[in-house]
This record gives sequence, structure tokens and C-alpha cells, in this order.
Amino acid sequence: MSFNNLDQLYRQVIMDHYKNPRNKGSLEGEHLAVDMNNPTCGDRIQLQLKVQDGIVEDAKFDGEGCSISLSSASMMTQAIKGKKVEDAVEMSKVFSDIMQGKEIDKDMDELGDIQALQGVAKFPARIKCATLPWKAMEQGVEEKE
Amino acid sequence: MDVNKVRQSFPILHQEVNGHPLVYLDSAATSQKSQQVIDSIDQYYKEYNSNVHRGVHTLGTKATDGYEGARDKVRRFINAKSTQEIIFTRGTTTSINTVAYSYGRTNLQEGDEIVITPMEHHSNIIPWQQTAKATGATLKYIPLQEDGTISLEDVKDTITDNTKIVAMMHVSNVLGTINPIKEVTDIAHEHGAVMLVDGAQSAPHMRVDVQDLDCDFFAFSGHKMGGPTGIGVLYGKKHILEKMEPVEFGGEMIDFVNWYDSTWKELPWKFEGGTPIIAGAIGLGAAIDFLEEVGLDDIEAHERDLAQYAMDRLKSIEGVTIYGPQERAGLITFNLDDVHPHDVATVLDAEGIAVRAGHHCAQPLMKWLNVSATARASFYMYNTKEDVDAFVDGLQKTKEFFGDVF
Repeated sequence: MSFNNLDQLYRQVIMDHYKNPRNKGSLEGEHLAVDMNNPTCGDRIQLQLKVQDGIVEDAKFDGEGCSISLSSASMMTQAIKGKKVEDAVEMSKVFSDIMQGKEIDKDMDELGDIQALQGVAKFPARIKCATLPWKAMEQGVEEKE
Repeated sequence: MDVNKVRQSFPILHQEVNGHPLVYLDSAATSQKSQQVIDSIDQYYKEYNSNVHRGVHTLGTKATDGYEGARDKVRRFINAKSTQEIIFTRGTTTSINTVAYSYGRTNLQEGDEIVITPMEHHSNIIPWQQTAKATGATLKYIPLQEDGTISLEDVKDTITDNTKIVAMMHVSNVLGTINPIKEVTDIAHEHGAVMLVDGAQSAPHMRVDVQDLDCDFFAFSGHKMGGPTGIGVLYGKKHILEKMEPVEFGGEMIDFVNWYDSTWKELPWKFEGGTPIIAGAIGLGAAIDFLEEVGLDDIEAHERDLAQYAMDRLKSIEGVTIYGPQERAGLITFNLDDVHPHDVATVLDAEGIAVRAGHHCAQPLMKWLNVSATARASFYMYNTKEDVDAFVDGLQKTKEFFGDVF
């Protein structure tokens, strides 16, 4: 492995989300809240979702963690906003498949910034960092149902 | 001590990881195993695998000799009076839980106190939280000084006549602090409390004399001292262990079994229910032989030298924060400004350098340090100055790498 692989892991877009996280903070009014942590490393994500009529109207997050988990949270909130809950959950499954290095039949462009995280699949120890916010989202909408 | 000779005994060190020679700096999590230890386990399984303490056949006798022989090596290693005081367990965690469960739940009640420190590993916190909840006893913490040490004044202020148990780590797995166990034990005893020492980070790296420390319990793990995983030790003073009830019941640990009642074997076997960890104990015995051959005093001096050398070199990198006191055991816990420790560990790994990142099973201490995670480089007898150089250079590269991408 070389710095080349590292470059793939830490692409510009990931660093941008890490340094300038989108949707960081907390929601006003009625919303779902999920706290999730990765007990092996101490990363912690607080995810807040406003779900109305089966649509994710708004999403915000807060927390502490590495560049991968926090940028993933930032990208995810961006991606799921305005999406149907079932589409957001579907997206989470696709993301999980990408992390496990599986072939996916979805058009990658649909994933937007998220595809920048593809390189994480080569770093097994870091996959859980990337999937943490997605797991929180899935748990949140599951509880709502 | 000839480090290069020591290194020759560790086959795992002679490999490339991610295209670079492996620099293993995570021995505080688990140490590497010498060929001698690997061979001892291999030989047991190939030549005399058998259950202990029961068969009359030849292999059974050899296995029993191997297992009990290892117990005597442990006894000598920590200078216990008798092998009756050496109980084989699964590791430090099981050793501490055995005391918390067997001694703690019987001897504690409401109004009693258990005293620990904020620097403890989870395995020396949670068993006491649970014991406190079960008995109504109170859990108290000796405060830490700013540099991550404890002061004997604070120890004296925290331990009272209501204190029944004091539990403390000998060496901190995060700060590298070496605690004044002997003095704390004296204070505990003045108040009639028993003293438990978590020796997971001391026994592998320095000479331990339980009679000199005078502690009542001493717990440590085989896998951190060159032995295999799954074997550990609980030392306890005989007169205390004799009064304690076993935690696990079943085969091996009984004297007589009647329909409605049973009696236990004598020490140490009453605490070793079920077929014991025979290969593990034999491997631990071989690890002790290895440590004694290299010499614990030399190992300790070598690791402290490496830690001091690393501290000096790290000063050349701007933005490195080192946690813990100047005077320390052979490990360095640190953070690099603006770079999360997981990211530090990933970049170092790409250079073949293995360090730990996370909370190191010490979340209360992370809270005290006011960080969510840290990175840690820990040294053992097989590490070299070149390892430290690779580590510091790797850290410099990490800084440049993240400086560039930001």
C-alpha cells in the first residue's frame, strides 16, 4: 500500500466535508434523534431527522470522530434530504455494498459526493467509520415505524 | 541486552506490511510471540496433549507436569510464597472479575467503599461499578494530578476506614504512569482494606515482587508478556483466597460431590473449574523463561530509553500533544493537531507502522483528558531506535499529508 491508496482514501471531497461539514448542528421542532457510537474507537454521532409523510424533510448531525465518519455523516445528510425514507434506506444498503467491495448495479453518479468514499473499501479497519452515520439513519427511521 | 538477538526470536517481525518493514508499536495491546513460545505450544499438542489431574496414563502425567510446572514458573516470576496463590484465569479481566465477584460481593455492604482511580482500564472499573451496585457500596476515585499521576496526599484523603477494597493499575496503559503501589498498599492496609493491583502493563515490563508490594491480589495477562492469548493469572494471598468461594463450579474444582451438596478442592484448583487452559499455561511458562533469559531489568531500561528517545524526537514536530508524565513506562500516547487519531493510525499503517488509536478501554480517562480518542505507540524488548525513527518520520509525513489535503 502506498500514499497513492491513501490519496484515494482521503480524497479532496472527503477532506472538504470534514473541514466544512454540511448540516452540522441540531434541528428545531419535532424530530427524530439517534445517538450512535462505535464502541471500539469512541466515535459518536448524533443524528437528527425530520420525517414527514414518508419524506426526510431535514437532517442534521453532530458528533466526534475521524475524518471518515464525520465526512460520511455530512455527505449522508446532504444525500438523504428530500428523499423518501425507503429510498434513503435503499441508499444505505447500496452504500454498505460499496463498502464491502460488492459490485452494484446503480449508477454511481446518483450517489453524488458519496462515491468519494469508495476508497474506504480498501481499508477494512475504517469501513465501520464510514457506515456509522448510515446505521444511525437506518435505526432512526426504523424506530419511527 | 542485544536487541537484534531478541528480534531474531520473533518471526512475525521479519515481514513487510504495505510494502514497508513492519514496525510493531502496539505491544501494550498485545505483544508478539517468540519462536520458543510458539514451539512450546506446538510441542504440547504434538507430543503430550492430554487432560490434567485425572488420567493415570503417561501423557496425562506429562501434561499435568507441564501445567503445574508453569504455575511454579509464575510463582517464581512474581515471587509469591506458594503455588497455592497462583490461579490461572483467562486474563486480567477474568482475574479482576473473580475478585470483584467472589471477594467483593461477600465482603461489601452499604456504607463500604471501593476506591479506584480515573486512569483505570475498563476491566478495573466496571467490575467495581457492578459490585457497588450489587452490594450498595460506594465507588470512589482518587483524583489525578495535572500530569496524570496520583499524589499520596490524595490517596490518604480518599481511603477511609469504610474503604474495603482499593483497586489500582500498576502502570497506566495510556499515560505510562507508574503508580506507587507499595505506598498505596500500606495506606489501604492501615485502614483495613485489601489492595488489588492490575499488573497487565507492569508484569511484562518490569520486575514484580508481590511480597515486597504486599498487595493482596495481583492480576495480569499472558498475551501482553510474550505468551499466548487466553491465559492470565490471579495472584492472591493464601489466607484471603482460602476464605473466598469459587466463581465457577463444575469439573476439576471439586473434592466430593453429593446429591445436594459438594465440597471444593484445595487452592488453587477450587478456582479453576473445567478443563484448564493447558496449552496456554505451558506457553506462558515458556514466555516467562524467555523474559528471564533476556532479563527484566534490561527490558525495562531498554523500553524507558526508547520512550525518552521518542519523546525527545517528537518535540521536533509541531502540534504533537503527549499525554502523561515525563517519568514513564515504555509507551507514548499522543495526538496530532487537526488530525484524528484514526487517521494518524491509517497513514502510519500505510508505512508499515502499527500503532493503536481509540480510547484504549479507558473512556473515563479520555473524559479527564478532554479528548474523544488518542493514538498510542508502545514499546517492547524487540523494538529499536530505528523503529522510533520510522514512527517519528511517519508522523511527520502524516502531518504533511493532511496539511496538503486540507
